[in-house]
Order: sequence, then structure tokens, then C-alpha cells
Amino acid sequence: MAETGKDLKKTAIDEGLKLYKWVESRLGLIQPAVEAAEHPTPSNNASWWYVFGSAATVLLIMQVMTGVLLALVYTPSAGEAWSSLQFLNHNVALGWYLRALHGWGSDFMIAIVILHMLQVFIWGAYKFPRELTWMFGVVLLLLTLGMAFTGQVMRFDQDAYWGLGIGASISSRVPLIGAPLVHMVLGGPIIGAATLSRFFTLHVFVIPGILIGAVGVHVWMVLKHGVSDWPMPGRIVLKSTYEREYHELVEKTGIPFVPDAAWKDAVFAAAIMFSVMACAFFFGPFGPGGMPDPTIIQTAPKPDSAFLWIYAVLAFLPTEIETPVMLVVPVIGIAFLLLLPVFFGEGERHWARRPVAMLTISVLAVGLGIFTRLGMYTPWSPVMNAWSGDATPPQYIYGKTPLEREGALVLQDKQCRNCHQLSGQGGQRGPALDDIATRMNEDQIIRQVLQGGGNMPAYGNALNPSETKALVAFLSSLRGQNLTPAVDSTRGLVQQSSMPRPPEPVPTQTP
Amino acid sequence: MWNDFFKYPGDSKSDTLSPEGKAAAHTRRVFLFKAAVAMNAIVGAVLAVPLLGYILGPSLKKSSEVGSWIPLGSIEEFPMGETRLAEFVSPVKSLGDGETAKVACWVRRTSTGSFQVFAINCAHLGCPVRWFAQAKLFLCPCHGGAYYETGERAAGPPERGLFQYRTRIENGALMIHAGDMPTLATQAKCTGKPLVQIASAAEEKA
Repeated sequence: MAETGKDLKKTAIDEGLKLYKWVESRLGLIQPAVEAAEHPTPSNNASWWYVFGSAATVLLIMQVMTGVLLALVYTPSAGEAWSSLQFLNHNVALGWYLRALHGWGSDFMIAIVILHMLQVFIWGAYKFPRELTWMFGVVLLLLTLGMAFTGQVMRFDQDAYWGLGIGASISSRVPLIGAPLVHMVLGGPIIGAATLSRFFTLHVFVIPGILIGAVGVHVWMVLKHGVSDWPMPGRIVLKSTYEREYHELVEKTGIPFVPDAAWKDAVFAAAIMFSVMACAFFFGPFGPGGMPDPTIIQTAPKPDSAFLWIYAVLAFLPTEIETPVMLVVPVIGIAFLLLLPVFFGEGERHWARRPVAMLTISVLAVGLGIFTRLGMYTPWSPVMNAWSGDATPPQYIYGKTPLEREGALVLQDKQCRNCHQLSGQGGQRGPALDDIATRMNEDQIIRQVLQGGGNMPAYGNALNPSETKALVAFLSSLRGQNLTPAVDSTRGLVQQSSMPRPPEPVPTQTP
Repeated sequence: MWNDFFKYPGDSKSDTLSPEGKAAAHTRRVFLFKAAVAMNAIVGAVLAVPLLGYILGPSLKKSSEVGSWIPLGSIEEFPMGETRLAEFVSPVKSLGDGETAKVACWVRRTSTGSFQVFAINCAHLGCPVRWFAQAKLFLCPCHGGAYYETGERAAGPPERGLFQYRTRIENGALMIHAGDMPTLATQAKCTGKPLVQIASAAEEKA
């Protein structure tokens, strides 16, 4: 009995080996792949800091898989896309979860790709001989962002519709070819069926195709040059010596990438995948938001998180330099990223010896963070329903004269609150008015209200004299925590001047 | 090796080749291969014409060819001195546009026979502007662009006033000329004449 068991096992192994040999003698790919996986890598880079690239690849695979599954149901037609997403959310078993995985996977992938890029930059790993690996990485970042933007269009809701409008409006600013470019982006004269179809083509065929190919080349170069060694202060990268030094390091300290270094990659990838699954489960899919009916204008379009910083920057650019900045700065930025290793291909790799690089990256990170944060609550946008939604706080009316109370009504009715806060409620486009009377005197308030200026429209046409008088009386009573009101500094001089003043009018006696 | 291969035999640049190399560059097989490569280049160039034509099709159409006059409704629907939201189905809609074929616009009636019809799209980046009757302002939700009731720029990032459609009255109906989505480069055009600018609105009435 035991004999036969042993024999059976031996036969099974033999048969398995035979099958493997049959396949491999014809395919010839398994052996090289195993060798590539087991290639020796310097032991000092088997670090938790070196795990982002593989996690991004794993996320890409999940995005392709969930994307293919979503395409089984999604209808890429302007008339039906939104409804097909609702159908996926509510009528298809686990459709909501597949959408959630794809959406959260996209956010995680952008985050991991950016972390990967930051790590490579801070560790100086883009230097010789890995310049082209970096350049392909920059292209991969752009392709990932391209997937995110076209993916947002796939969600074909109000944000997607008006986001396309923003894209067309930016294209229209390109000199000379503005109009043909708009038509090229939209696929026709308006946002419609042709627009969704071409963004679908980009999202499903064109960009993923290039992305997968570029990942292949990127990984090929990683294998060819080896994973960069841990940077040490004073260990200078020189084109003449680096490769020899790297090989010596591998000879001396090399460990097989699989499994000695790759287990960390695998653990991290699993953790990330689990996070995506958990986020998808607990937070669900993204939208779709309101249906893409352009006649429903009660909407405040906003891009997805990866593009919020651009949305914020576009609110702050001065009108005169807006178009040049929109069109030129991205070109310079991308060119700089691509050419970085050409200009800084040699020298120190350790962060402690690259203060300018570290300062640049810190400023960029803080800047992007600030603009993204601003994009989340858009202080520049009027709060469209603040005039009817946010009441005047009672303490601002208590003890006020009838005229001042009338002014408080005017302030609400004329929609001033859409841009001005009282007690922390209302728009933030203009300054809060809680203590306006401590900053402007009556004359200044009248001038500002009627003539506008400093990014405030003139209300001369929207206010009649009695409304103006009441409004100004109310505003003049807003002095914060009972602070000293603003006064015209020349007023005292006028009072004291030796010029003969006209006699005070005698109050008429009423019987 | 490739450099040598593409050198024209007898070319002075080929002088460095050995006599055997020159002979090799002269063989019939090499000639046939070069001829085949040239054939493929020609086929590729010819094939590129329809492919490029297909891709560039939408952008080769002139803006002035797009669009036509369409009715917004009876002029009685728009009270004097008020600004109202109106909607129409784009005359340039195509198969499968669905809801996106609909377009909204703001109609302001200034007198018995004169109208201003503003595009819904902000002149900054195309978001839908909303009319606030009490403040007499159009406000944009995206970046806070503001326009007066006449469509002139009031505040915010837009560099110009709202886009205006050309209008005319026909049998008691308000007609506008609509086509392209209005942007800085593609304003609704009619017979090659640019869209009414805010400044020339007065001339238009005259």
C-alpha cells in the first residue's frame, strides 16, 4: 500500500516534469522569467521604501480586470451611459462593488505612482544609468493621470459634462488652432455622443495599450540595470565608475530578488489591495452624480481629487497671464521632469547632499497640498444659496435701529451673503463683514457698494437710494467685538479748522 | 551595419566599404528588399490619408458652417425687463446625444422688440452661470466669475463678457443662431460673421 503511494507520487512528479519540459522546450519563456525573478540585488535595497513600483503594477492589473468587467455592462453612449451606471449600481449583482473597486483603485494608483516617483526622486535613483527608466516613469505618470481624467468622463454625470466643457474652454485658448482643437477634443461642435465615444476609446483602448507597453519597457530597464542601491552620502554616481561599483556591490552583498527582497513587495501589495477592497466596501462607488442634462444648471462642477489643485490654480491666476500660464507652464513642467536626469545624471544621490532638490520637492509638495485643500472647499466660489439659506445671526440685529434692520434685510435680499460671511456663514469670495465698520468708514462703504472694484461687482444698478442708505447703515453698525469704528482721519482736521463753518441748522420746533 | 546597408552603392560615403562589402550592397536580394521597403512606405503613406482624414474630420469643419437659426419660443414668454432661463435642442445634435443635445441659455428682454440671449457657458472655462435677479448678476459656480445683467464682465477671472447668440424675431417667435458650444475660439457664428460682441450689441439693434 505504502509502496504504491510512493510510486504514484513519483509518477505524478515525473509526469509533471515531463509536461513542464514539453512546454518550456517549445515556449522558452519560463526559464528566463525565473532567472529574471531570482536575479541578485544588493541587499541594502531590500527595503520597505522600495515597494511602491510593484504595488502600482498590481493596482494596474486590478484596474484592467475590473475595467474589463465593467465594460460588460457599461454603455458608452451619451444618451445611456449615466443610466447604465445607475443600472450597475442598483440592478447588477455586485455591480456597485466592481465600480467601487475601479474608482478607489484609480485613486490609490495615482497616490502610489506619485509616492513611487517621490521615492525615486528623493533617493536619486533617476541618475545614470537609469535616466530612461525615469523618463518612461514620467510618461507612465502622465498616462495614469490621463486614465484618471478620461475615467472621470466615463462617469458621465454633471461633473463629467462640465469638466469636458472646461477641457474644451482650455483648448479654445490655444492660439491659431483653438477652434479645430475644440472640435477635435469634443469630436464635433458640442459635448455629446461623439465626445463620450472618443474618451471611451482613449480610456479603454489607446491609453491602456500604451500604458501596458510602457510598463513593460519600464520593468525591462529595471531588470537590465538592477534595482538602484541604497544611496550613501559621498558615494558619487559617475558614468565612468557606477556600473562597475554596482556590480561589485551585487557580487559582495547580492541576494536573490525573489524571494529575499520581493516578500516585502508582496506584503505591501497585499496591504494596498486590501485597503482598496476595504475602501470600496465601506465607502462604495463614486457617483454617478446628477444626470448630464446641460439644462440643469443648479450644479457646482468639480474635478476628481487628482485634478483639484489645477482647478484651484485656475481660480487664482490673474486674467492677463491666465492663458499663457495654462498653455506654457505644463509644457515646461513636463519637459523639466523628462529632462531632469539629463541635467542631473551624475553626482550625489543621498538626500542630505542634495539640498536644492529636497527644497524644490518640499515646496512643490506643500504647494500641491495647499491648492488641493483649497480645491476641496473652493473659497473663491459664491455660495449660491447663502442669501436664502444662511440667516443673519440674531446678535447682529439685536438692539439695532429700524434703518439698520432694514439694511440687514437688504444684505440678505441682494444676495451679498453669497460672497460675504457673517459669523462664519456665507460665501468666502469677498471679505467677511463681521467687523467691516472697523476697516471702512461710511463713505468708503458707499463707494465700494455702488462702484464695486477689487473684484467686487458694482451694485449701483441693483440698489435704489433708500436700499443703499439702509444697507450702509447696517454695515456701519458691524464692528465685531464692539471695536472702534474706522474714521476718516481728515475729519478731525475739518472739525478743528479755522475756516468759518456754516451755522448749525436750528431744529424746527414741532408743536 | 544598418548604416552600410542604407548607403547607396557607389555613394562616396560608401568608399570605406571593402570591395566585398560594396558587392554585397549590390546584390539582387538587397535591391529587392529595398524596393519592398519603398513599396511599403508608399502603401503606408497612401493609407495614412484616409486615416488622418477620419481622425481630423471633426476639426476640419469650419465653425461658420456649423449651426442654424432655431426658435426659442414666442416672445410673449419673455416678460419685458426680465432675464429668464430658456432651453433648446441643439440644431447640430447627432445620433445618440441623448440629454446632452439640450442647451440652456439666458434670455433678457430689454424692450418690445429687442432681446439679449446669453450662452449658459461662462467665458472663463465654460461652467453654467446662474442669474441672480435681486443682485442683477450672473454668477459662475466654478471660479466665481460675475457678469452684469447686460452680460458685461463684472468681476472674477473671465476676461470678457458672456457670449451672446445672434437673435431675430420671426412671426412673433424669438429666433437665435446656435451651433458650436461657445468658447473663446468657437463662438456661435452665422455666415462667417462673428458672434455679437457685447460692445456691438447697440449696433445690432440699430
